[in-house]
Amino acid sequence: MIPAPFDYHRPDTVEAAVKLMADLGDSARVIAGGHSLIPLMKMRMTDIAHLVDLQKIGALKGIAIDGDTVTIGAMTTQQELIGNAALAGAAPIIREAALQIADPQVRYVGTIGGNVANGDPGNDMPGLMQCLDATYHLQGPDGAREIKARDFYEAAYFTARADDEILTAISFQAPAGGQAYVKQKRKTGDYATAAASVIIAKSDGNCSAASIAMTNLSDTPVWCEAAGQALAGSPLGEADVENAVRAMLAVINPQDDNKGPAEFKRHTAAVILRRAIERAASRA
Amino acid sequence: MNEMTPPKTERTAALKGLGSARKRVEDARFTQGKGNYVDDIKLPGMLFGDFVRSPYAHARIKSIDAEKAKALPGVIAVLTAADLAPLKLHWMPTLAGDVQMVLADGKVLFQGQEVAFVVAENRYIAADAVELVEVDYEELPVVVDPFKAEAPDAPVLREDLAGKSEGAHGPRRHHNHIFTWEQGDRDATEKVLASADVVAEEMVYYHRTHPCPLETCGCVASMDKVNGKLTVWGTFQAPHAVRTVASLISGIAEHNIRIISPDIGGGFGNKVGVYPGYICSIVASIVTGVPVKWVEDRMENLMATAFARDYWMKGKISATKDGRITGLWCHVTADHGAFDACADPTKFPAGFFNICTGSYDIPVAYLAVDGVYTNKAPGGVAYRCSFRVTEAAYFIERMIEVLAIRLGMDSAELRAKNFIRKDQFPYHSALGWEYDSGDYHTAWDKALKAVDYEGLRREQAQRLEDFKAGKTRKLIGIGLTHFTEIVGAGPVKNCDILGLGMFDSCEIRIHPTGSAIARLGTISQGQGHATTFAQILASEIGIPADDITVEEGDTDTAPYGLGTYGSRSTPVAGAATAMAGRKIRAKAQMIAAYLLEVHDDDVEWDIDRFAVKGAPERFKTMKEIAFAAYNQAIPGIEPGLEAVSYYDPPNMTYPFGAYICVMEIDVDTGEHEIRQFYALDDCGTRINPMIIEGQVHGGATEGYAIAMGQEIAYDEMGNVKTATLMDFFLPTAWETPHYTTDFTVTPSPHHPIGAKGVGESPNVGSVPAFSNAVHDAFRAFGLTQTHMPHDHWRIWRTAHELGLHG
Repeated sequence: MIPAPFDYHRPDTVEAAVKLMADLGDSARVIAGGHSLIPLMKMRMTDIAHLVDLQKIGALKGIAIDGDTVTIGAMTTQQELIGNAALAGAAPIIREAALQIADPQVRYVGTIGGNVANGDPGNDMPGLMQCLDATYHLQGPDGAREIKARDFYEAAYFTARADDEILTAISFQAPAGGQAYVKQKRKTGDYATAAASVIIAKSDGNCSAASIAMTNLSDTPVWCEAAGQALAGSPLGEADVENAVRAMLAVINPQDDNKGPAEFKRHTAAVILRRAIERAASRA
Repeated sequence: MNEMTPPKTERTAALKGLGSARKRVEDARFTQGKGNYVDDIKLPGMLFGDFVRSPYAHARIKSIDAEKAKALPGVIAVLTAADLAPLKLHWMPTLAGDVQMVLADGKVLFQGQEVAFVVAENRYIAADAVELVEVDYEELPVVVDPFKAEAPDAPVLREDLAGKSEGAHGPRRHHNHIFTWEQGDRDATEKVLASADVVAEEMVYYHRTHPCPLETCGCVASMDKVNGKLTVWGTFQAPHAVRTVASLISGIAEHNIRIISPDIGGGFGNKVGVYPGYICSIVASIVTGVPVKWVEDRMENLMATAFARDYWMKGKISATKDGRITGLWCHVTADHGAFDACADPTKFPAGFFNICTGSYDIPVAYLAVDGVYTNKAPGGVAYRCSFRVTEAAYFIERMIEVLAIRLGMDSAELRAKNFIRKDQFPYHSALGWEYDSGDYHTAWDKALKAVDYEGLRREQAQRLEDFKAGKTRKLIGIGLTHFTEIVGAGPVKNCDILGLGMFDSCEIRIHPTGSAIARLGTISQGQGHATTFAQILASEIGIPADDITVEEGDTDTAPYGLGTYGSRSTPVAGAATAMAGRKIRAKAQMIAAYLLEVHDDDVEWDIDRFAVKGAPERFKTMKEIAFAAYNQAIPGIEPGLEAVSYYDPPNMTYPFGAYICVMEIDVDTGEHEIRQFYALDDCGTRINPMIIEGQVHGGATEGYAIAMGQEIAYDEMGNVKTATLMDFFLPTAWETPHYTTDFTVTPSPHHPIGAKGVGESPNVGSVPAFSNAVHDAFRAFGLTQTHMPHDHWRIWRTAHELGLHG
């Protein structure tokens, strides 16, 4: 459990970090909380010559809420997400999800940026960000650009972020309606067996809009557009929910692993989604 | 004139002896991070060892090229089997009468097997060098299924055993067969089964798991070439046995070997055996002349050091129509992995599995165990239990449930109907044990009453109705267990390990000012020996426990003993401690009589002193007697006050208990919630109730993990699927259930203070309680048997197969 030798860099500005990444090329990786990267290095499953640590860059930390726009610095820890009252008011689903990530020790170090940028299908935040229709802010040698969370994930550990780009922040509009993050896991610290992010807005007793995303049920997070559409405009009756569940099941692709066979995961995904819809609707 | 004597209750309390909830003296250092573990040991010039391990479960080694590794600056040596062969150390004996490769000799037999040992100036360089050793493997067919191991065309795993039709435990019938061990009366049992009213038959599997102590295994070996002495600090549960074995296999005279077990961060059986890392570190230190440290990481610990369980237990149990058990038949297929490295007393290749008649008066029984080789890590240790007792308890407690289903009876009633009665002790079981004592009915009734068993059953029935009416998706399971342990190995007449009798020892020195040091042949791994053995002594010799140092683990100073596992410390070393204390007291009596100028028989013991019979105001305290022992010339009595006792127990002890688990199960997700867990333990005389409670919490939590998710699983290629704590379930505080503890006291009639041992009872008793609760939840839908671990997807599968998902 000892990593291969590597060089360590600790820039104090985003610009310096971007320059380092450009100068060091393919052999460099940025490190945020390190909870995914360091175990891989220790098990020598990845070969990294240069680690560029973002801890010292103050500009990457913090939560800003301006009107309906929520902006979260990439180096904001899960614990900071949990403890921020304004965020809990604007998007309580983030707190609900963050409390189900790992354990307190991990959450004091793990960051939202690392969680979403790593591309690990087991991470909780990517699906949630798709549900929220969040925007990722990237900075690279050619400047800054934005990309939607719904367009970011390509395959496990493959994202639209270029190797020399750094994720600096995440922003989204505070959602209207009820929200719920429901996760089934085997134990503290585990990735989801199945998890669902659901936002439901209601008007006149009917669902006016819905957004649904699933976690760890494919090699990327799965935003289930059709499932949301199945609920929109409906009274959220049993048949409507089942339509949404069917739409969700059509787009997930779970695999057999130690958590269980794909058949089990498809079943629990349906159960978890029903519960998340019910909970979100009750909060709408 | 003597000062006014405090009342007896005050003097007794001041001793903090038997029954005192004395705080653990160890915790001051443990809770401050001031323990001294193997990895804390740093010696000048110390080198570090690390292993090249096999990525394959079965492969021939065509070549090993270590040149690139040796060329890395800071690398001192790379050892392979070829380097160890001239010393005859490339293989080593196991505790089970087999031999095991130290480093791969021509082939590898399990994933993670040790192939080469890199020695470097620091552990970082060692880890880098491991990557540079080039091993050319040729993959061979893999055997992971123990039932396929004995197929006629199964691959030959152990080529070293070619032509050996006789093993350490009798004939071998196949190249992958290790032994057959039979107990009981086969003919009589089969006759009873053939004519019984009811016979329940089931395959009960206790899956492979791992003790997974928080501290992994490791050592520091230091050969002093000037004085010829080898010192080894290591995570050893039996330091003296390690010394003797090290001497026998290395040829170094035993007085030139010193084994030290410092603080040990949990053992649970994982640290009983001898591992290649120890041998390689010793050889490396001898070769280099400087100390060599080896400490495995978590993945190495889970993949390569000793596993536990992996017993496929086929059972048949017969009864009369009204539920009187008439016979028990059992056949075990035991998956031992690549080498038979079980840690059992020599004459017991399946440990004490023949305790599998449990708490029940079963007139006739038969047991056969077949051990087989597979391409898995060796081990088969007693994971917080006496040898194979957890498997036995799980087997019988499942068979009772299965029989209850066949009979249509409540299993609490079935148990009570068949318990060995109090008046039957000492009880001779059909499979050869003499149960020393017990009062099962009292414990059982107390347990059922404590949880309001009838009320629970009513609630369960209501829930079932609600479930069927579509009002809920959660079922209630009530898991019952009454277990009987067999611990305290053991009588030298039938218990030895590698020929070493399983006695244990205590040596006591009373200092002139009336404090004391006691040294024992056992070694604490968290059990709190320094606390509890001082309490035994305090009650025996009247010196406060706070004034007694307990020291273990250094073979140069401690008396010879067989170590700590199988709940043997209290039954054996605890008895030795009491007996040594009594020797001290006998001499103290003579000194007191001399000082009081009366005959020896005219003084009597009074808590912390000897007083003249009939004249309690005339006395000598132990403090006064201790001083006199060192400053008075007493005719006919040697100066000093010391004693040593080697205790060979006349019998095992038989702790027992009644555990009840109430569980809620979500049939849709397979999730569960432990609503209630009640644990009644009878461990005989209770030395420290607080430590007992801690032991029960710890053991039950391990049992919870095992029953509900913990496993060492292999894929069909022999790859370990559960080699990290992401997949190997260790409960955190979040998952850990709340426990209610309770007790009855049935002292052991043959133990000097009546104590029986408790550390392992909660693991033995809780696994069937948790598992029975899962089974019980589905009993109404026709489930008779499914296999642990009951993780989410397996529970879900059960519900699915029973048609509960619509």
